[in-house]
Amino acid sequence: MRLDCKHVWPYISDYIDDTVTPEERRAIEEHLEHCEICSAILDSVHNILVLTADDRIFRLPLGYSERMHERIGAELAKAAPGDSPE
Amino acid sequence: MAQALAQEMEWIARILSGERDLFHELIRPYERAVFLTAVSVLRDATEAEDAAQEAMIKAYRGLGSFRGDAKFSTWLTTITLNEARSRLRKSAKVKVKSLDNTDQAEDYTPFLVADWREIPSETLEREELAKQIERAIEGLPPTYREVFLLRDKEEMSIEEIAEALGVKANLVKVRLFRARMMLQKQLAPYLKRELPQRRRWFSWLGGRA
Ligand SMILES: [Zn+2]
Repeated sequence: MRLDCKHVWPYISDYIDDTVTPEERRAIEEHLEHCEICSAILDSVHNILVLTADDRIFRLPLGYSERMHERIGAELAKAAPGDSPE
Repeated sequence: MAQALAQEMEWIARILSGERDLFHELIRPYERAVFLTAVSVLRDATEAEDAAQEAMIKAYRGLGSFRGDAKFSTWLTTITLNEARSRLRKSAKVKVKSLDNTDQAEDYTPFLVADWREIPSETLEREELAKQIERAIEGLPPTYREVFLLRDKEEMSIEEIAEALGVKANLVKVRLFRARMMLQKQLAPYLKRELPQRRRWFSWLGGRA
């Protein structure tokens, strides 16, 4: 299986998640070995995912946890748990 | 993992039989995830916090209906998504896009880069850089944004996301692929420009020596 750049791109996401088949993986890696463009695209996507996962992206509001537990505490004092989320 | 699940099931049983305060401990590991799930729908920290609190209260009120066939975290995610979506529908300001119209094929060509120098996480100390990434994520179509944050922020598996959203795993993969490519296209040029390429600097030094 030989791949053009265009055909590698749809696999980048699955490749990162490791949900490609062994055969696809081989073909992708063979392509990446000699294609700097696709390697750089893969690296950039991967890098963006690492940055996204960082706790500094979408920080919790200050005092979030305290307010959460205060609210829960008030509910716990009020009623026993029930069978319906509504 | 299985141990954590057994622990949770035990706590839930104890909460249901009267040890209510254990609920604080039960939800502690998921506070952040619930907030992020709410943000993925509402895109606003204050609204997301309200929705997160409400979702936790609903989880408490419905704890007796949790059967343990899904993970507790997945169950909590579903409750949070429902809560956030119902708030979104109620808020007149935001137009809700039909859930399906973003799943049509479009062009997901990446931004072409010849080389990529890893941008270290420390650079996120720069407020502007972090904001830029958040804005790009907020700008994704709603169905892509949800899947992206559940996967790449909360690190849920494809199967868990499919279960929480009530869609097929393949659709989750497709949305995830598109979200990632859209972000790459939008952020790669920005990140490349914002952070001078040190490699070039070194090669310039090397060339001079
Ligand atoms: Zn290529």
